[in-house]
Amino acid sequence: MSLKIEISLVLNETKVEASVGVTESALELLRREFDLCGAKLACGEGECGACTIIVDGRSRNSCLTPAVDLDGRDVMTVEGLWTEKGVDAVQQAFINEGAVQCGYCTPGMIMQARYLLNRNPDISEAEIIRGLEGNVCRCTGYKKIIAAVKGASRIQEGSPG
Amino acid sequence: MLPQNRFPPVITEYVNATSLEMALEALADGNGTPLAGGSDLWAQKDNGDGRIGSRLVNLNRIDELRGISVNNGFVRIGALTSISEILENQELAGSVALLPKVADRFASDQIRNVATVGGNIANASPAADFVLPLVALDSEVEICSNGRDPRKQALSEFFTGPGKTILGADELITAVIFKIPQKNFHGVFCKTGPRPALEISLVAMCLTGELHNGILDNSRLVFGAVGPTVICCTNTESLINGSQIDDELVAGALDMMAGEISPITDVRASKWYRTHIARTFLEQELIVCRSK
Ligand SMILES: Cc1cc2nc3c(=O)[nH]c(=O)nc-3n(C[C@H](O)[C@H](O)[C@H](O)COP(=O)(O)OP(=O)(O)OC[C@H]3O[C@@H](n4cnc5c(N)ncnc54)[C@H](O)[C@@H]3O)c2cc1C
Ligand code: FES
Ligand code: FES
Repeated sequence: MSLKIEISLVLNETKVEASVGVTESALELLRREFDLCGAKLACGEGECGACTIIVDGRSRNSCLTPAVDLDGRDVMTVEGLWTEKGVDAVQQAFINEGAVQCGYCTPGMIMQARYLLNRNPDISEAEIIRGLEGNVCRCTGYKKIIAAVKGASRIQEGSPG
Repeated sequence: MLPQNRFPPVITEYVNATSLEMALEALADGNGTPLAGGSDLWAQKDNGDGRIGSRLVNLNRIDELRGISVNNGFVRIGALTSISEILENQELAGSVALLPKVADRFASDQIRNVATVGGNIANASPAADFVLPLVALDSEVEICSNGRDPRKQALSEFFTGPGKTILGADELITAVIFKIPQKNFHGVFCKTGPRPALEISLVAMCLTGELHNGILDNSRLVFGAVGPTVICCTNTESLINGSQIDDELVAGALDMMAGEISPITDVRASKWYRTHIARTFLEQELIVCRSK
């Protein structure tokens, strides 16, 4: 018997409504109600970044985001990066660099990279490394991920929008 | 004291407060738990070490609790101000660069974007990083409740134990306030933990004062994670104040400090290690002062 709250939000540019448990996390909500399984549950404690989403322009760990607090907010998940124009520059760069192995960290890496590039399109390698400190990858050794974020910055420059 | 209703919480009411007044009303009967960024509260939710009332009071839409303002030589940081906002604030970068420096050592982007100053204080972890510089700056906490006048309390006297403060169950932290430091202000923050940035401090230290010709005056020496609350080493401060920092003073200060902190051995580090790091931090920073 858990208290339910009605919320409405903009999710990947679409207005949606949901009834959420008062102790539910945004991550649980995305997976349960919207079948958005990009954001991953790995640590559930804010340590790994696999669940990263962007809320009102700021990246955050959806495992530690109270679902009730999404009311009235603008939420972007990795699924929202794909548009009719195709994949996002960050996604394309991850493909180009082969920056994915098991893929568990990838949606979180991509969302954090998207956040970093939104704030600074001309990001340096040091800033990328620093900006990804909250994202853990057990497979790649990070080199290709860092190269991919740099690549994304170049792709964006070449093709505005 | 918060009500002792342990997680998994039985929350029977939710209030999405849109004004300070509304939040204080929702907290008035002592059964409310404020929600700020949730980075502590939601992490405690599943591992059973949190305490929560039956009414969740969301503070996130109370604009008056947000932001940094400077007035008459005083800085006021709203309780709901995020660590990212501290890191990015131009005013602070100029006048109290110590605070953005501490913010820079705090967690990851994803956590900094939500973690609030008020939450860091109210959670009362002995390892709360942001508390250290605020104590060193002689900050006051502004506390409000329904039907009583707002009160101010020195932050150094706010904590009574791990997770324990003088805050009543009906009270809310609304801001921290401190004086802009002097021109020759010197402030450093050191911290160590298992992983850069995303680390709960094993030892954290903040040393501040007015520095001129290798002499530190009006110093503040505050440690985190080496005691049940933050520790102000007032005896060590008196020893350092106004004295030429030479080898003898450094040695004396290290021993005196070691007597003022009370580190424990736990799963994260041993008492020996914590003491060793605390000595290393202080030695290193006193030597820096000597050369300035
Ligand atoms: C992965 C990870 C890394 C972290 N790294 C660090 C770190 O490097 N340094 C550090 O110090 N901390 C760290 N933390 C802890 C945490 O992020 C901070 O303590 C943060 O400042 C808490 O703020 P919040 O807004 O998220 O608080 P919440 O979780 O919303 O609240 C915390 C507590 O304070 C109460 N509260 C909140 N606001 C108020 C208010 N205005 N008045 C009264 N009570 C209030 C709540 O009821 C709750 O009990 C980390 C946490 C995680 C999960
Ligand atoms: S699952 Fe959220 S940070 Fe690891
Ligand atoms: S690709 Fe497997 S965790 Fe990063």
